[in-house]
Amino acid sequence: MSDSNYNLDHLTELEAESMYVLREVAAQFDRPAILFSGGKDSIVVTHLAAKAFAPGRIPMPLVHIDTGHNFPETLAFRDSLVERLGARLIVGSVQATIDSGKVKEETGANASRNRLQTTTLIDTIEEHQFDACVGGARRDEEKARAKERFFSHRDDFSQWDPKNQRPELWNLFNGMHAPGEHFRVFPLNNWTELDVWNYILRENIALPSLYFAHERMCIRRADQILAHSDHLNLRPEEVPEMMQVRFRTLGDLTITGAFESNADTLGKIIDEVSATRITERGGRMDDKRSESAMEDRKKEGYF
Amino acid sequence: MAASTSPPDHNGLLRFTTAGSVDDGKSTLIGRLLYDSKSIFEDQLEAVESASSQKGIDGTDLSLLTDGLKAEREQGITIDVAYRYFATPKRKFIIADTPGHIQYTRNMVTGASTADLAIILIDARHGLLEQTHRHSFIASLLGLRHVVVCVNKMDLVEYSEERFDEIVKAYKNFSSRLDITDIKFIPISALHGDNVVDRSDKTPWYGGGTLLHHLETVHVGADRNLQDCRFPVQYVIRPQTDAHRDFRGYAGRIASGVWKPGDKVVALPSGKESTIDEILVGDAPLDKAFPPLSVTMTLKDDIDLSRGDMLVRANNQPESTQVLDARICWLSESPLNSATRYVLRHTTRDVQAKITEVLYRIDINTLHRVEDDVTISVNDMARVRIKTASPLLTDGYKENRSTGSFILVDPSTHLTVAAGVVG
Repeated sequence: MSDSNYNLDHLTELEAESMYVLREVAAQFDRPAILFSGGKDSIVVTHLAAKAFAPGRIPMPLVHIDTGHNFPETLAFRDSLVERLGARLIVGSVQATIDSGKVKEETGANASRNRLQTTTLIDTIEEHQFDACVGGARRDEEKARAKERFFSHRDDFSQWDPKNQRPELWNLFNGMHAPGEHFRVFPLNNWTELDVWNYILRENIALPSLYFAHERMCIRRADQILAHSDHLNLRPEEVPEMMQVRFRTLGDLTITGAFESNADTLGKIIDEVSATRITERGGRMDDKRSESAMEDRKKEGYF
Repeated sequence: MAASTSPPDHNGLLRFTTAGSVDDGKSTLIGRLLYDSKSIFEDQLEAVESASSQKGIDGTDLSLLTDGLKAEREQGITIDVAYRYFATPKRKFIIADTPGHIQYTRNMVTGASTADLAIILIDARHGLLEQTHRHSFIASLLGLRHVVVCVNKMDLVEYSEERFDEIVKAYKNFSSRLDITDIKFIPISALHGDNVVDRSDKTPWYGGGTLLHHLETVHVGADRNLQDCRFPVQYVIRPQTDAHRDFRGYAGRIASGVWKPGDKVVALPSGKESTIDEILVGDAPLDKAFPPLSVTMTLKDDIDLSRGDMLVRANNQPESTQVLDARICWLSESPLNSATRYVLRHTTRDVQAKITEVLYRIDINTLHRVEDDVTISVNDMARVRIKTASPLLTDGYKENRSTGSFILVDPSTHLTVAAGVVG
């Protein structure tokens, strides 16, 4: 028997690993949830979950932390996806957290709600008593994430302790925990940005229109292009102009950098991603605050 | 439809591990692989360049690309397993980058548990050290069939063929006691890039390929067990929707063997027989399935089967046992306690377990058995006998990594305290 017929292409192998992780979540936890941002990574996680539990429904709700600064396209996409899959959606509102006085909105030109969503996320986890939250983060995104586990333990205060992570051997994931503690689970850990795009193409997965080149009013700030919106505090010298842009990641309107592109199909996007020399988080103002910005936010309980 | 297999010019995915200490240039080697294969992005490189100049280092310190956590950057050491990714037109690679010091044995074991191949670095000036033995032993214990010994810092021994041959001889002599089938030796300088991605003109006496070429072409497909059919049931799918009222699917990852619709199977531990009706990935039926695919199987008969059970073939069954002889690596700061009832997780099954006997401790530097002091604490390796509250369905680890491996969890702290291999 020739074994050359039994080599899987790497996307199929990654898919198999991610489906295994998602099924392990459903089997090991009482109240799991998928954190759904509306970005391509969480869309791929949702697609994998639909595949892992077919022909049944995804046995966990999608949780969206709505900063109130989302692109309207993201929200419309979210609602249609939830309807198509027959999934349950839970929305945690950052605006409600601000209104309750628990957190204070940042001010100034660089104000963003990125950091505030951590509080809303933790509140939502506590309110629904989620014991596992599945996210679309990948190890290749950022250096602090290179050491993430598939099952990443969070203490009673949702904190991540990178020096005290549980060893994770073979594919034997240990999700045991005390009441109040929970896990963050990352089925896409071993994927790269290019893997995600190639998989989206292979599986013909629908995405929000923001990922494709389109015309939009934008401003230039430092070396970034930001979408013009009511949520952005313009500086005196900033004048919105019409540009042909697309987004490489979808965070909040106020922090997600666009870039000029005419990639309006998946094929063109993959060509562009293959050729690009800047990491995708290179366009995120939130990571630029300091060299360990991501590690510090993760310790606090960020996604 | 068959599962998508690699086109003939693409070799799929290779997972490898690197172990080493700060001084032997491991981080520099990984940085070099990432840099020379153009897997480093401009903003990452700029960050590293500015960090290098801040530290007063001439040129770019490629090791800064891989030392991720704050504490590591401050202390200049690697304290956890970090995973790195790069791809060439021929293959996608996942590197489990682990620290090499003895106090991080557990990290090395973790990194090796999912790898197909290990890279072992030897400083050409120092030759074989204790840690060379340690890394090689761990690679062997964790069932890695392929080892690449990179004799690094060849620039510091004038690219001497004689020195290289000496080290090769010493390593071959030592590794004859291990269970590794494929060992390659490559003279490199990670700092200058010799024989990492590009062939060096400074080692004309070396006739072999570069490290990257070897990584791109090494054949690991044969390492997968396609003979012994094992399918641990991970999750039972029962939609109970109008469209799928009677659907009952057994979801799981194929541990080993080749499976086809129509195959006769036996469910363990019940011993009930049935026939595979369909093998599905999502909605798509497969005409055959093999490891490491995640599939859903349906059976022609309604038999009772749940998580932790296993589908196998009647004429080829795993051992059903409540007494395991195994080699373990202790991962926890609290030492092994023979009075504790641990939770043993094997495939998708959890059982209570007690370690009834420590047969011996293994000195992982000398490979000697230590029988007079069998206190087992963090980073220790030992051979033990374990008794379980109900039977496990096991194979020897050498034959089957999935059904031959397990972890122990302390039920009072929920921590993973040991990793074990059967046999």
